[in-house]
Amino acid sequence: MKITIDEDKCVGAGQCVLAAGEVFDQRDEDGIVVLLAPAPPQELWAQVEDAAARCPALAIEVEK
Amino acid sequence: MDRIVVVGASAAGLTAAETLRRQGFTGTLTMVGEELRPPYDRPPLSKQILAGDWEPHKATLRPEEALQPLGLHLKLGRRATGVDPVARTVTLDDGDTADYDGLIISTGLRPRRLPFGHDLAGVHVLRTLDDTLTLRAQLLAGPRVVVIGAGFLGSEIAATARGLDLDVTLVDIEPTPLFRQVGSEVGELVAQLHRDHGVSMRLRRQVAGMSSRNGRVTAVDLDDGTRIPADVVVVAIGSVPATDWLSDSGIPLGDGVLCDPTCHVVSGVYAAGDVANWPHPTAGGRIRLEQRTNATQQAITAATNLLAGPNRALPYAPVPFGWTDHYDTKIQIHGWCPPGAHIEVVDGDLRSRRFVALYHADGRVVGALGWNSPRALLRYRARLPEPTAA
Repeated sequence: MKITIDEDKCVGAGQCVLAAGEVFDQRDEDGIVVLLAPAPPQELWAQVEDAAARCPALAIEVEK
Repeated sequence: MDRIVVVGASAAGLTAAETLRRQGFTGTLTMVGEELRPPYDRPPLSKQILAGDWEPHKATLRPEEALQPLGLHLKLGRRATGVDPVARTVTLDDGDTADYDGLIISTGLRPRRLPFGHDLAGVHVLRTLDDTLTLRAQLLAGPRVVVIGAGFLGSEIAATARGLDLDVTLVDIEPTPLFRQVGSEVGELVAQLHRDHGVSMRLRRQVAGMSSRNGRVTAVDLDDGTRIPADVVVVAIGSVPATDWLSDSGIPLGDGVLCDPTCHVVSGVYAAGDVANWPHPTAGGRIRLEQRTNATQQAITAATNLLAGPNRALPYAPVPFGWTDHYDTKIQIHGWCPPGAHIEVVDGDLRSRRFVALYHADGRVVGALGWNSPRALLRYRARLPEPTAA
């Protein structure tokens, strides 16, 4: 799995952190997404797909 | 289930379609959208698109190559005009019909309008990308702008117009901007933010009428007799659910499409997004949520429940989340932050313009609001009661 982030689109909602906290975090100052694990292990894939689906800015792209 | 029709091709409709495919629905999937454009995102309209920071195509929800694999019968520029829930048929404005085994209604909202003024040149509403581009073209001429309504949309439009260095007046009947969304204490900070950036505020004022010359607006007249000269007026006084096409269809309507706790409407029919009205377990009754995150999450639930069938359907009980960006300020809300709730600042402080506040009502936490504190806010979300279906 490969995750791509569009920081320009990110609105800092934090929905990805709620869905997959081991893969995503937020910058303190503006809440923009921080990718903790660009190539996460398979047991987290479902969470990552959930995070991508829930992102209100569609800023997370997932390739499998 | 062989045929599913999704009416409404914005965030909720597209998410429903994607969810259906992701969960293995291989039948005929039809999506009907009133606008000709492929599905696009609305939050950037009043911000990046109106400001000109983004090209319009950047608001497109999915690139063509991501829509293709969904195998949609995409009927864009076509309006659904009715549903027969017994015959299970949707009628379109060109007389065409689409039979369904499953139907998802996600037609969203239409802007509420004033009883006057909308026939005048220079008077705008903002809901669609076309509305936004039309307004932007007008703003480029350097007009004096009056925004009527200081909810999320009007307040953002005022901030964006000020960012274009225009003369902007923001009018609202309430004592502060965002009054109903964040209450008076935080609302007062929003008012101060606007004043700091040079927006003229006319609060606790109603609009009595508009003046015009040769069919073009020249001023907005307030109930205290003052007249605000205006070349462009934006009316942002809320929205109404787009259910006109469902009247007399047998689909239960109230403030939106009336669903049960699982987003189910009548046999085979579900609703999601701004248009859906359903009983929420911790909100104390039926609600609608006009929020971007709700469009996605409710569409996921509605589509999942449609495929699962009524016996295995799960209730939709989200902690609501919304946000607004003004100038360099980001305000985010989990839950509800109504006027009258007691505010407890738990991180930072109001004066520093960087804080998290919990909203208490009826002896419990009902909302958490972050002002330029996205990461800190998330830690306090857990203080909200996690809604569980009764």
